[in-house]
Amino acid sequence: MALDGQKTAYKYIGTTPDRPDGLDKVTGRARYGADISMPGMLHGAVLRSPHAHARIVKIDASKALALKGVKAVVTRADFPDGLDGEDWNLQENCMAGEKALYDGHAVAAVAATSPLIARDAVKLIEVDYEVLPHVTDVDAAMKDDAPVIREGAADFSVPEGLHPNVVRYFDSGRGDLDKGFAEADLIIERSYTTEAAHQGYIEPHACLGQMGEDGRGELWVCTQGHWFVRRMSTAVLGIETTNIRVTPSEIGGGFGGKTTVFIEPLSLALSRKTGGKPVKMVMSRNEVLRATGPTASASMDIKMGMTKDGKITAAHGTFRMQGGAFPGAPVDVTTMLAFANYDIENVHHIGYDVITNRPKQAAYRAPGAPMAAFATESTIDELCRELGLDPIDTRLKNAAREGTRATFGPKFGPIGLVETLEAAKTHPNYSAPLGPNQGRGVASGYWMNWGGETSASVAISEDGTVTVSIGTPDIGGSRASMALMAAEAFGIPYEDVRVNISDTGALGVNEPTHGSRATYASGLATIRSAEDCIGKLCKRAADKWGIDPEAVIWEDGCAKPSGPNAGEFPPMSLAEIAGEMGSTGGPISGHFEDSPAGFSGSFGTHVVDVEVDPETGRTTILRYLVVQDAGKAIHPAYVEGQFQGGAAQGIGWALNEEYIYGEDGRLQNPVFLDYRVPVASDLPMIDTVIVEVPNPGHPYGVRGVGETGITPPLPAVANAVREATGKRICNLPLRPSRVLAAIQGKG
Amino acid sequence: MNYHRPTSFEQASTIAGASDGTIRFLAGGTDVLVQLRADILTPDDLIDIKHIPGVKDISRTDDGGWRLGVAVSGAEMTEHAELSAEWPGLVEGMDLIGSTQVQGRATLAGNLCNGSPAADSVPGMIAAGCTATVTGPNGSREVPVEEIPTGPGKTVLAKGELISAITIPARGANGGDAYLRFIPRTEMDIAVVGCAVNLRLDGDTIAQARVALGAVAPTARLVAECADAIIGTTLDDATLDGLAHAASAACSPIDDKRGTIEFRTHVAGVLAKRAAKIAYDRAKGASA
Repeated sequence: MALDGQKTAYKYIGTTPDRPDGLDKVTGRARYGADISMPGMLHGAVLRSPHAHARIVKIDASKALALKGVKAVVTRADFPDGLDGEDWNLQENCMAGEKALYDGHAVAAVAATSPLIARDAVKLIEVDYEVLPHVTDVDAAMKDDAPVIREGAADFSVPEGLHPNVVRYFDSGRGDLDKGFAEADLIIERSYTTEAAHQGYIEPHACLGQMGEDGRGELWVCTQGHWFVRRMSTAVLGIETTNIRVTPSEIGGGFGGKTTVFIEPLSLALSRKTGGKPVKMVMSRNEVLRATGPTASASMDIKMGMTKDGKITAAHGTFRMQGGAFPGAPVDVTTMLAFANYDIENVHHIGYDVITNRPKQAAYRAPGAPMAAFATESTIDELCRELGLDPIDTRLKNAAREGTRATFGPKFGPIGLVETLEAAKTHPNYSAPLGPNQGRGVASGYWMNWGGETSASVAISEDGTVTVSIGTPDIGGSRASMALMAAEAFGIPYEDVRVNISDTGALGVNEPTHGSRATYASGLATIRSAEDCIGKLCKRAADKWGIDPEAVIWEDGCAKPSGPNAGEFPPMSLAEIAGEMGSTGGPISGHFEDSPAGFSGSFGTHVVDVEVDPETGRTTILRYLVVQDAGKAIHPAYVEGQFQGGAAQGIGWALNEEYIYGEDGRLQNPVFLDYRVPVASDLPMIDTVIVEVPNPGHPYGVRGVGETGITPPLPAVANAVREATGKRICNLPLRPSRVLAAIQGKG
Repeated sequence: MNYHRPTSFEQASTIAGASDGTIRFLAGGTDVLVQLRADILTPDDLIDIKHIPGVKDISRTDDGGWRLGVAVSGAEMTEHAELSAEWPGLVEGMDLIGSTQVQGRATLAGNLCNGSPAADSVPGMIAAGCTATVTGPNGSREVPVEEIPTGPGKTVLAKGELISAITIPARGANGGDAYLRFIPRTEMDIAVVGCAVNLRLDGDTIAQARVALGAVAPTARLVAECADAIIGTTLDDATLDGLAHAASAACSPIDDKRGTIEFRTHVAGVLAKRAAKIAYDRAKGASA
């Protein structure tokens, strides 16, 4: 796949103008989920189960309904029966049916004239629970004596003889493991665990729903994907998908966690029950942590073999993951990507998706990949140490390249792992001197990226500007990237491009901003829509000049005769054509829709230096380097921001973030004080190097960059702590007590 | 919930004494308002004491110490150059609480009355020898700070009683204090262990000392054994080991999500050594 036709010289791409939404955000003018209000609006609140696992014997809402200001109460009885598959899972998660399946599971919801009345009303709802035995740990949930969370939840993939809590099973590989391990000079086997981590977005879930008794309505919501919200919410309510229109608000973070529904169907159900009054619902942080989706926790066994000179001969991984009370732990992706960095002939993966009494997991930045990377990249580090090999040279020796058959099947096209390793090796951070109690860790990671259903429009405005309408909410600066790509395609200034995130009524179906797809897919759609416009702009010029449209070219923002034979006419700028378009044939716009399949994955290599206090076990990050392949960085500052954000979240997951459940099955730390994401002063300025190996499947070479960055930090930090302390710790997080115990030989 | 705005401590005491329900005093509000919003506690009577004259004052006492009003914020303490120079450890302890926004409101008396064993300002106050003026139906009395908290969320204050001021003793010559806390992060966290050391030198030798530990027992604790371990020494290595041992021996912590018994007990010794060294260096600097 040559890059014929792919641009290489750019005027706007690669510059770093201010983001179009920046002023609104710093002045408070931007409207987030909870900022939407309507006349006559009611406020919703949710009653949540205090039990990890309990049969709901009876719900009596009469006292709540008698409270002045209370307008409606809904329970599962207000939702239709007969759903199946993921639709049933969503409905059951949004509102408990026969059983409450985890601490925080919604049991009833109230709409009242004020948030305080709604909160008080929730306390008046009486629920009789029959408390059942619970299990929250993945390994415990697979044991014979574990309580069964739901009979019949397993699909066809699960072999006979496993506990009913094992709901999906994955088994893949190739080559001859025995032969591969026989060729190894050193074989290392280790078991690892990672804890559930929350996306930690700052903006809690919030929505305003309005639905009449006719089952038609609207929803304003903070989400990564409003077509998903429309489909899921209507499925849970048992109504036609297009009965509601969904408009996304600005979004204060999502990281995958806002690609599903929680309170949205409840607000619509409450609204319908009040005869169509709008109902606003805003989650508290406690609700966000207890009842929305963190990622899965994992328990993993890795066995890898290596020759003395560093060639990986065989790899085997077993991955057990729990994603809460429903199928969906991303163990399929975990098995797929576990060894994907490397060219390995003999490889085998086994995966178990296990249900437990925890909230339903949701996507979190590269779902499934960081856990696998922790296990495999830690093992490779240990092999390198034992064999006295340099970790970067060893990775270069085994690295996947263009033409390598990936451990998950297909052949890689042009990819940038080797380039990231080489850039990391020559970066000053890799040779910076280290002091006592300090250590350096290296790890690589991968995310395959995604295309997905995409629909966009570009309209020429009468003032000579261009309006781009896309359907992927701007979660990481994508409006700036779309404006840059449109500016490049049209040859007009960045400032002359406006970008809208359209509601579900204005475009065809768009998948969410997920899978690192927005800059790739909506970007591609923006460029193609612009090209569609340009053809129409050229035709208007041709009509005016009285020549064939084919004799007109578009260059530097102007229509021009294609050469001396086409005639002598002065160029017509976009603004000139736009100013006349009302009298030359009417509005001009361009469209594009596709599920583009030319996406290509992004590899990254991280190098981290830590210092560990030998008396307290506390880890300080001294230096951190992210090197990652962006294909082509449209707005380099936002690409760097994605690199740094991924690293920061990964460092948190590695050091202190964890879901802590008590013996009673209740979440012990549903507050940011005790769910410890890194604060600004915990991190150094994170250094970045953008590698650009163009993706032939995008006009400008773009690869998604959002997710890869969270994959290497878990093993990179653990490898650095290993060097600083001499101790290999196989369980995350590396909280000080755990590191101190290891230092003291009690680990 | 009834909101009250008294203009004297006597009036505040009367309102509190007359209440039949749960009462909370509102000074900075950084605990009370958070508990209200999080639906943890809604008092029947909320008594706002910010409008009583003098509650925002930091003033010298006749004997050269300091008297702090109950609504003096952490930020006002940190920005007070003389107070910070004399009692850097006490002021640092207060300054560690919360964010910049919280520092604009949070108060010493509130931190003390909230009754958390992990309260960051309390070990420093205990080590300094601070007293709280308790005003109630029977007038006012001075109570050593270490006697105020009686357990998690509990204080010695009787019905109708409230703290009306905090008094810090005179610094005196050749003194220094320090407070250290252990948290997994660098900010915005609750002490897993806290330790304050206050001492005075006679030449190079420690003549007087007070050591307090936080978050390792149901209340912050004054540990005489730690003081005894360093009085009469120049803080040599053997003394520091003895101090660490005494600090660890004084711990009776709980296992919880923030730290294990074993970890807290060990780290109490580590922090005691480190805080003692800082306090000693500060005292040396003061005498240089």
